[in-house]
Amino acid sequence: MPTVGVEFAKVSYTPTGGHLVLRDISLSLEQGTTTALLGRSGSGKTTLLRMVNGLVRPTSGEVAVLGHRLSSLESPEQWVELRRNIGYVVQDTGLFPHMTVERNAGLSLELEGRPKDEIASVARQNLQKVGLDFDRFRGRLPWQLSGGQRQRVGLARALALDPPVLLMDEPFGALDPLTRGEMQTMLRGLLASMGKTVLLITHDLNEALYLADRVVFLADMEVAVDLPAKEVLASDNPHVKLYVSALHHEVDG
Amino acid sequence: MMPFIHQHGWEIARLTFEHLWLTLSAMLFAVAIGLPLGVLLTRRRRWAQPVLGVANIVQTVPSLALFGLLLPIPWLGENAARLAIIALTGYALLPILRNTYIGIRGVDRELADVAAAMGMTGWQRLTKVELPLAASVILAGIRTAMVICVGVATIAAAIGAGGLGELIFRGVASVDNRLVLAGAIPAALLALLADASLGWIEKKLTVRRS
Repeated sequence: MPTVGVEFAKVSYTPTGGHLVLRDISLSLEQGTTTALLGRSGSGKTTLLRMVNGLVRPTSGEVAVLGHRLSSLESPEQWVELRRNIGYVVQDTGLFPHMTVERNAGLSLELEGRPKDEIASVARQNLQKVGLDFDRFRGRLPWQLSGGQRQRVGLARALALDPPVLLMDEPFGALDPLTRGEMQTMLRGLLASMGKTVLLITHDLNEALYLADRVVFLADMEVAVDLPAKEVLASDNPHVKLYVSALHHEVDG
Repeated sequence: MMPFIHQHGWEIARLTFEHLWLTLSAMLFAVAIGLPLGVLLTRRRRWAQPVLGVANIVQTVPSLALFGLLLPIPWLGENAARLAIIALTGYALLPILRNTYIGIRGVDRELADVAAAMGMTGWQRLTKVELPLAASVILAGIRTAMVICVGVATIAAAIGAGGLGELIFRGVASVDNRLVLAGAIPAALLALLADASLGWIEKKLTVRRS
């Protein structure tokens, strides 16, 4: 019996003063697997992902992470504790512009008040893990990096505390295709070796199939497709077909 | 010219220091109040408009009138320098308060989200992310406040608080332009110096983003 890393139970969301965005979503992400989340812009992917670390609270339903029901967290300390178990990577990386690469990469440990030499050694390890030469890049500021390099630092930072859960919101969305390809290769290797529960938002079906064990499509506020990655291309689900034909259009056109 | 400086040199120096002392004391209070209050307003946004509004009103009261209005107040009126410092603090408060509030609110939404998602405590978010990123905006407020203070402090002489305004008022009363200039030039130089040096620091604190 595999254990559940992240569980959504009948989760709905209506922003204050807005319309329903997600309706009764139920999904459970097995520990150690990668799930890709696809859907049109505005389909609520990011909202769903941000429920995992509590940046968004569901209007109804329950989210549980590593067995902890989020609605039962009361004090800010409990949230801090939870969030340190969840890595978060976003498209524009969210690197702190006033901190060097090394400090960004080690920041989670700095927040925990770990000793300086431990912070430095973890930053070094993780930056090397994501393919950055530590000695060359440690002192640089985010503006001195290319998009791909920033994304690597963002990933290294998310890994600092070796969190069991990793949230990635279109991590490679803003990169050129070549850099993107390199990043995908690097990430695939990392994911295979780390055994984390990963929720990855992407617009790119190829990326989803390459990186994920399972693919979930959101449409019309609900889970429209939920398939093992291997079965996606053979599926005759209309949502999947739409995506696949969009891919072919790219190739033929 | 030379005999004038010879005669008044020490006095000009003494009054310049007095002027500086009034200004810096007021600035110290204004920063000590404005900075934490500005931070507090970012956490209690409903209070922001009323509090900034009050600070705004204080700023619009003509300085001579403010000094005059404060004079009859018991504890304040007893000591001219004390009164001047408190009035100057009032003038310096708005730019510091406003820029602290705006600077912190101006921190990118995404960075604030990332800070929260990383599990930063409120204090860590403030000291490690918000204040460093807002530093140049806050400093711009301090700079504006400082220049205002140096200027308004000349009026403090009207209530006997000293400072370079004393020379100016005396010059006006005795129709002696040399005395007026002896007060006005050092005051202008102080303002320029404060503006330039704080501007330099402000530039140093600006965080490059791309």
